[in-house]
Amino acid sequence: MIVTKGLRKSFQPRRGAAAVDAVRGIDLNVAEGEIYGLLGPNGAGKTTTLRMLATLLAPDGGAATVAGADLRAEPSEVRRRIGYVAQGGGTTDQATAREELVLQARMYGVRKAEAVRRAEQGLAAFDLTEFGDRVCKTYSGGQRRRLDLALGVVHRPRVLFLDEPTVGLDPRSRSQVWAEVRRLREQGMTVLLTTHYLDEADALCDRIGIVDNGGIVTEGTPEELKQEISGDSVTIGLPGPEATTGAERALAELPCVQRLEALPGEDGLRLHVDSAATAIPQLLRTLAAVGIEPEHVQLQRPSLDDVFLALTGRALVHSG
Amino acid sequence: MKLARDTWLVYQRQLLLMARSPVWIAVGLLQPLCYLLLFAPLLTSALAASGAHSTADAYRIYVPGLLSALALMGGLFTGFTLLGELHAGVIERSRVTPVSRVALLLGRALRETTALLIQSALIAVLAIPFGLTVGLADLLLAMAMLALMALMASSVSYGLALLVPTDAALGPVVNTIAQPLALLSGTLLPIALAPVWLRTAASWNPCYWAVEGMRALFAGHLDAPEVWRGLLLTALLTVVAVAWSARLFAQRIR
Ligand SMILES: Nc1ncnc2c1ncn2[C@@H]1O[C@H](COP(=O)(O)OP(=O)(O)O)[C@@H](O)[C@H]1O
Ligand SMILES: [Mg+2]
Repeated sequence: MIVTKGLRKSFQPRRGAAAVDAVRGIDLNVAEGEIYGLLGPNGAGKTTTLRMLATLLAPDGGAATVAGADLRAEPSEVRRRIGYVAQGGGTTDQATAREELVLQARMYGVRKAEAVRRAEQGLAAFDLTEFGDRVCKTYSGGQRRRLDLALGVVHRPRVLFLDEPTVGLDPRSRSQVWAEVRRLREQGMTVLLTTHYLDEADALCDRIGIVDNGGIVTEGTPEELKQEISGDSVTIGLPGPEATTGAERALAELPCVQRLEALPGEDGLRLHVDSAATAIPQLLRTLAAVGIEPEHVQLQRPSLDDVFLALTGRALVHSG
Repeated sequence: MKLARDTWLVYQRQLLLMARSPVWIAVGLLQPLCYLLLFAPLLTSALAASGAHSTADAYRIYVPGLLSALALMGGLFTGFTLLGELHAGVIERSRVTPVSRVALLLGRALRETTALLIQSALIAVLAIPFGLTVGLADLLLAMAMLALMALMASSVSYGLALLVPTDAALGPVVNTIAQPLALLSGTLLPIALAPVWLRTAASWNPCYWAVEGMRALFAGHLDAPEVWRGLLLTALLTVVAVAWSARLFAQRIR
């Protein structure tokens, strides 16, 4: 449904300044009816990729086919077949949701009576009927986001692009948006979304492409990606900051420890080891030798954050 | 056909938004009243040098200039309304749809033109008690000229807003263009009062000819050469401005 080959884009921030290579050759192959997530930190080039595929930016190089239409040769055909929801949305404060939906449908060439009918359906489908005749200025973040989604699909596109669909939303609105996206997929829509939330990529996407520095580092289902990095994660809770530094020094020496880092916001360490079964006794022995008694030890499945860390050497959550 | 339909769509939406901002309407209606009533006492003596011997004469010189100034200035400053829409992502949302790019510009510029024509009609009516009389044909042609000026100026302004998409930067740019343009068009004071070098400079300004045409129309000289010259020049400029700005609407949205 979406196939790209070597898609590239660089920006010249101002005359004479060095060019920023925002996207340096992205290859994608998104199947029909799939939710595909581009996961990466801020500035990775996710928005730029989406804007190119939505015909808002001309690529510097590479090729792409979106919903069967060639991006460069027939951009207006692409426009007809896709929906695009920008990160910041695009609603008018002084207009109502109903007015926005009717206008949006009509901009896609839908006749007036049909546009009115679709607006009504859109309001109902995205749980907006109650305040559909209030101006958008009065909406909460979640309501506004649901309207953005409704606007993106009012013309029944085959492919939907979502840029950071849940950024800045409270947990309840977030899961509501996730449910809407899943519902769209069930109707056969193909969704390409971007996110810098690991849990979102994990929970919502059928397949994930990890983006860093303008390129896709790896891709696969969330499960595949987690299996790709061998080894286990072990978390050790420690009684205080001193014990943590002491333990860090002692454990870093061990050959079975691949990486270790302090836990954010609490006293303790997170270690990446080849095999937890053999590593844990060694860890405990080493700690006992320096006189540190751990409060608890936990074995964890590797997370997407571990995948990102293993591939790029940086933690996703801190690199934004 | 598609262009007309899409323009109508955008235009309708713009009118709706205008109708929802009462402050804007109040200012739009009070402004012409102020210009007419506050300048009135000054006019006769100030314009005596240009051959105004009565209040009616003074209004025949002043009103067409005032209307032209409103069209040019109102148009040039309308780019600021586009900044808000750019910021909210409204333009980007429109650009992902197959809607005509020219319509995105024209629908907005025509909103501005409509607002200006309403203001102008109001001024023309309010000036009647002061002795201003204009023939219907003259008035209709003058309105056409004003509509062209407003369309041109707002197209230029939207183009500038797309090129310089921040409030802080757009202000100085628009002012730098608007001030000399207003002066060199002789909108508020006839350029005949100015020194020779200024008059020479003005003759190179197409808007000057448009304003001259307006004055000829208000003086009842429908067949004066200034009229068709002004109309033709303004029409040409409008086509160029719309084409330039529409191209930017198609390409340049960050
Ligand atoms: N219009 C632009 N002009 C200049 N640089 C840009 C522009 N848009 C994006 N960039 C740069 O390109 C890089 C990728 O940005 P973006 O695609 O927005 O990343 P993401 O969406 O993954 O956070 C960043 O370094 C950003 O600063
Ligand atoms: Mg982004």
